[in-house]
Amino acid sequence: MTNQLLARLPASPVLDRATANAFVDEHIVPFAGAWDLAGAVPEGLLARIADAGLWAPFLAPELGGAGMDMVTLGEIHEEVGRGCSSVRSLLTVHTMLSWALSRFGSPDQVQQWGPALAAGQQLGAFCLSETGAGSDAAAITTTATPAGAGWVLNGVKKWITGGQLADLFLVFAQGPHSMVALLVPRSTPGVQVRPIEDMLGTRASMLAEIAFTDVELGRGALIGPSGFASGMVLAGVLDVGRYSVAAGSVGIIQACLDASASYSSHRVVGGSPLRDLALIQAKVSDMVTDVRAARMLCAEAGRLKDAGDPGTIMATWIAKYFASTAAARHATEAVQIHGANGCSPHYPVARYYRDAKVMEIIEGSNEIQRITIAGEAYREQAR
Amino acid sequence: MTDTTITAEILAFVKGRFPQAEFSAADDIFSIGYVNSLFAMELVMFIEKAFAITIPNDELRIDNFRTAAAMTDLVTRQRSAVLVG
Repeated sequence: MTNQLLARLPASPVLDRATANAFVDEHIVPFAGAWDLAGAVPEGLLARIADAGLWAPFLAPELGGAGMDMVTLGEIHEEVGRGCSSVRSLLTVHTMLSWALSRFGSPDQVQQWGPALAAGQQLGAFCLSETGAGSDAAAITTTATPAGAGWVLNGVKKWITGGQLADLFLVFAQGPHSMVALLVPRSTPGVQVRPIEDMLGTRASMLAEIAFTDVELGRGALIGPSGFASGMVLAGVLDVGRYSVAAGSVGIIQACLDASASYSSHRVVGGSPLRDLALIQAKVSDMVTDVRAARMLCAEAGRLKDAGDPGTIMATWIAKYFASTAAARHATEAVQIHGANGCSPHYPVARYYRDAKVMEIIEGSNEIQRITIAGEAYREQAR
Repeated sequence: MTDTTITAEILAFVKGRFPQAEFSAADDIFSIGYVNSLFAMELVMFIEKAFAITIPNDELRIDNFRTAAAMTDLVTRQRSAVLVG
């Protein structure tokens, strides 16, 4: 092929931090405040995300994915999180289901769902939490009872991110001997979706309560072998979700930094811009430092994932703990820098403040994270 | 890589995670009460990375991970499958 011919071919779209950054600036940042107020994202956005190949780019190329490494995936989720935590949350749960499928799905399951998930034609959601069970996964009461060649599912899942939109649910339930993970299409008779609205943060993440009443599923609904492997499905899925939330939290810190640096440069107090005040500089310098540190922790977790290193699980806990607590801290300071304006819906920092609080709770509360991280310290000390 | 070497690497990993416990190749690591699904995931990742294998779904059974000896058998079986395949 000649150079002239090559030059006429359209360039393959490169999906990386830079393209995600541009996408977020054009399609998300200008509208995120309105989505937050409305408590919903528009359907057109979902199609744009699909067109950009952002739903599940880590899936294999033969499924329509880009075979993307986890470091780059984290960078993309950071960029989306910088623009809107609700949208990033939708990516997170779709990623969790898609990852479970690619890691533990049977060839038939992968072929049935993989291409549609990669293309964003089908959206996924993760169903673990219930009214009485969140971090304590063993307390779930939803049941999967063997019936004929398949299962009958009964129970109610709560706080399901993307539940209002999702076409496919990854549902964890108590099986006859241990937990099982099941793929449940939304269209299955007995599945009822009830929107949850007016939350503190990630208000546009399309939360729902999902009721499963005598939902009949075939044998092929089970993802991964039951018993021993189901616990791994859950642990693996939560790890991937935690990684995405950590990256999204880095995005919140970056957004707080951008907003605070801009506002303090323009807002004049006593004849000088706010940025001339040492106490404001201290807040901004802490944001600069922490966003870099959090980004590096996420990158380390991503590199270990790409290497298949089991150390990634602890690295991800640490990244998520650091990034989410830093996001909450800096969102508080960003509102402080903005003063009364920061408490109004006319500046984005109020949204960052509310969204950051959510990051300290989801995919492992701060308290659970601290117990786990401290446990690692004591193990190291005992060696 | 011999079975003895494989077993030693697996035992070193498990002991590194539970330094307060004593194990031999035949001991049931699930009987000590510390093992949870998080560690099971780490164990699978360790075996896949250390021995350059992919454990298929139908081998993700607790009996394959109960002892270092059972894990060694699993590794040997999968490495043989790769060579045959």
